[in-house]
Amino acid sequence: METIQTDVAIIGAGGAGLRAAIAVGETDPKLRIALISKVYPMRSHTCAAEGGAAGVIKPDDSLENHFNDTVGGGDWLCDQDAVDYLVQEAPRELIQLEHWGCPWSREPNGSVAVRPFGGMIKQRTWFAADKSGFHILHTLFQTSLKFPSIQRFDEYYVTDLIVDDGRCQGLTAIEMRSGQMRQFQARAVIIAGGGAGRMFPFTTNGAIKTGDGMALAYRAGVALKDMEFVQYHPTGLPNTGTLLTEACRGEGGILLNKNGRRFLQDYGMGPETPVGKPQLKTMELGPRDRVSQAFWHEQKKGNMLPTQWGDCMLLDMRHLGEKAINERLPLVRDVTTSYLGVDPVTDPVPVRPVVHYMMGGIDTNIRAATPLAGLFAAGECACVSINGANRLGSNSLTEILVFGRRAGLSAAEYVRSGARPGNDAALAAKATAAQARIRARFEKTGGKESVAALRKEMMTTMERNAGIYRSGDGLSEACVKLGELRHRYAEVELTDKTNVYNTDLLQALELGSMLDCAEAVAASALARKESRGAHQRLDFVERDDKSFLRHSLAYYHPTDPPRVEYRDVVITKSQPGVRDYSGDHQ
Amino acid sequence: MSERLVEVEVLRYNPETDSEPHFQRYSVSCEEEWVVLDALNHVKETIDPTLSYRWSCHMAVCGSCGMMINGEPKLACKAFLRNYEGVIRVEPLAHFPIERDLVTVIDDFVSKLARVKPYLIPKEDKPLSAGEYRQTPAQLKKYKQYTLCINCMLCYSACPEYGLIPKYIGPAALSLAHRYNADSRDGGREERAQEVAATEGVWDCSFVGACSEVCPEHVDPASAIQQEKIANMVDWYKEHLMPGGAK
Repeated sequence: METIQTDVAIIGAGGAGLRAAIAVGETDPKLRIALISKVYPMRSHTCAAEGGAAGVIKPDDSLENHFNDTVGGGDWLCDQDAVDYLVQEAPRELIQLEHWGCPWSREPNGSVAVRPFGGMIKQRTWFAADKSGFHILHTLFQTSLKFPSIQRFDEYYVTDLIVDDGRCQGLTAIEMRSGQMRQFQARAVIIAGGGAGRMFPFTTNGAIKTGDGMALAYRAGVALKDMEFVQYHPTGLPNTGTLLTEACRGEGGILLNKNGRRFLQDYGMGPETPVGKPQLKTMELGPRDRVSQAFWHEQKKGNMLPTQWGDCMLLDMRHLGEKAINERLPLVRDVTTSYLGVDPVTDPVPVRPVVHYMMGGIDTNIRAATPLAGLFAAGECACVSINGANRLGSNSLTEILVFGRRAGLSAAEYVRSGARPGNDAALAAKATAAQARIRARFEKTGGKESVAALRKEMMTTMERNAGIYRSGDGLSEACVKLGELRHRYAEVELTDKTNVYNTDLLQALELGSMLDCAEAVAASALARKESRGAHQRLDFVERDDKSFLRHSLAYYHPTDPPRVEYRDVVITKSQPGVRDYSGDHQ
Repeated sequence: MSERLVEVEVLRYNPETDSEPHFQRYSVSCEEEWVVLDALNHVKETIDPTLSYRWSCHMAVCGSCGMMINGEPKLACKAFLRNYEGVIRVEPLAHFPIERDLVTVIDDFVSKLARVKPYLIPKEDKPLSAGEYRQTPAQLKKYKQYTLCINCMLCYSACPEYGLIPKYIGPAALSLAHRYNADSRDGGREERAQEVAATEGVWDCSFVGACSEVCPEHVDPASAIQQEKIANMVDWYKEHLMPGGAK
């Protein structure tokens, strides 16, 4: 097997992976960087983020405000030292992006403009119209081309981490073009593989978001933290699940039930604010978990609009006017018009909550380090945790920058501190074992299961039992079902047994990642007998700080269900309180 | 939901098993609102798991799913079935080598993109502690549309020059060079000129404008290239015809 020697191997070339690569390159141009991704960098799902990135920049705002919004928004499950680091570093990182050319939207005087976002008490979301993630991704990708030390391996799918001597020392990957396996021998590895929304049938996530990075760490013995917290974005297109950014409401859009009532006022987010004059941190600018949960209740009451794609609420932006919609929300207008045939200038848009983001992920600390020496992680695949039980909109683009950079710095520091040379023979043997595992899957005959069928069963299970509201019975059922699916997965036989760009094999491997992640979600959700943030239990409706002001840690087992343990949340200055999104208190 | 039976004819090519490309026809039961990508996904899931193509976002922003649809370069996620009658023919993007089925080899573009230095080369250095560069909305507007390129390659497929002269740097890479040249914060035009103002740069463009017609993001590469031609011409006159070759 061909072996590639490198200093830092980075898995994933979206926002976090690119930012990490640049950080390593800037720290020490002599360090060799292998940037490995199953897609070309510009295809990464960072490109689909719309609304913007939060960072304190305006004189009326403060780091303390950003901290409090984030910690309260996360229902106090955030680690507060990590949130402190995030809010402190955010402005610097966003200015850095500006210096690299990011086309942020501007004020008339030439300074960077900010817009309101859900759950934030001040306007602090930097934006580039409604293609903020796209511009961040392309700015980072294009900037990365300046660094000769960054060697890209585009369209390589990573199958396994190589762990020896208690340290992560590389990985194996399939080069899609040839179907050949390669061993990467690395002194440090950073995972920046993104989320896993594709476990669910209705999601804003692109096809590539299959939890591969999470599964790699998980199988190598690193816990997946807080996996029960799955964010539903309130406003997805009902047919395709395409995201309509929260900025629709930040700009003044309102949410209506079928009777034309702005129903959020009936769920602790009132009183009603004047149409077209959005007030921060209340009504339509409440946090995503609360808004999605309010939808669920209204649906139960029969107040939602039945459509061929299920019950919908209405997102009304007509009062914003054509000019504002074209300038501030051009993508939204394009998407609703072409995919749904509804022009937001003239009609309210039917929308429904859609799976959007994983708050949980690979257990990392404030230095972006996992408990496994030599392994770091950043971005949606990681859980630091700055998002706690519910992420605030526009914190994730900030997170990929701040912690992407941090992962790069930590990995460079680790490498330069002189990790012992690896045992080449032992590493090669592990790579060969990984290759044998893939080959067995590739060559398997007589299997009676198909990727498409298993994937569908997984998605149905997740949607039915791990959605906005959950119950012990439903989650138990999901755990049993996912265990069964994981067992049946061993019986998958590929139809395509050729080497070049084999997407049948790729999808089989992605399904394996998703099944592992799904099991961690279900087991952690079943074990958390309380309701907090995005995890709502019909059988345990209250938040229980006495028992569950703790992070869940799901540990992999090859044949049994995951083992779930707990770790205390880091609290430095904000004691758990009441999340108040009524307009009254402000 | 009304359904419609759609005949999709897809170019297949597997370098390991096929001596040359051939078409394969699938009958797909499609929903009226579907795009061509949905039909391909349906084929992949229910009829033929060996069909290979790239896709991810399904919202015309990741740029993965460019292909020829009835002979025109399109994003499969934005090619609505309702706009097509009869058999829909799907082929890999023209002017690129086929890797397999609808997957093309885009190494050429990737290396050309790097050559034009598509990143900010600051006119003046400014430490991060001094905050952002000021840029008015009017200055932003001068280059904003050229930032919207999703690297989907449709313009290369449509460009007759690129088909004839593979060395031509091509519409997307030149537009991105122009994007930085036109940015008020940038001072790197001279550095980029080596590639952009070369024969294989803007001067190979014969201004057919096909690139701008097919661009799904309305970047208008043709206008970017013309603006670069004019700027380069002015540079040339300044250098050669002005007294003292003043810049």
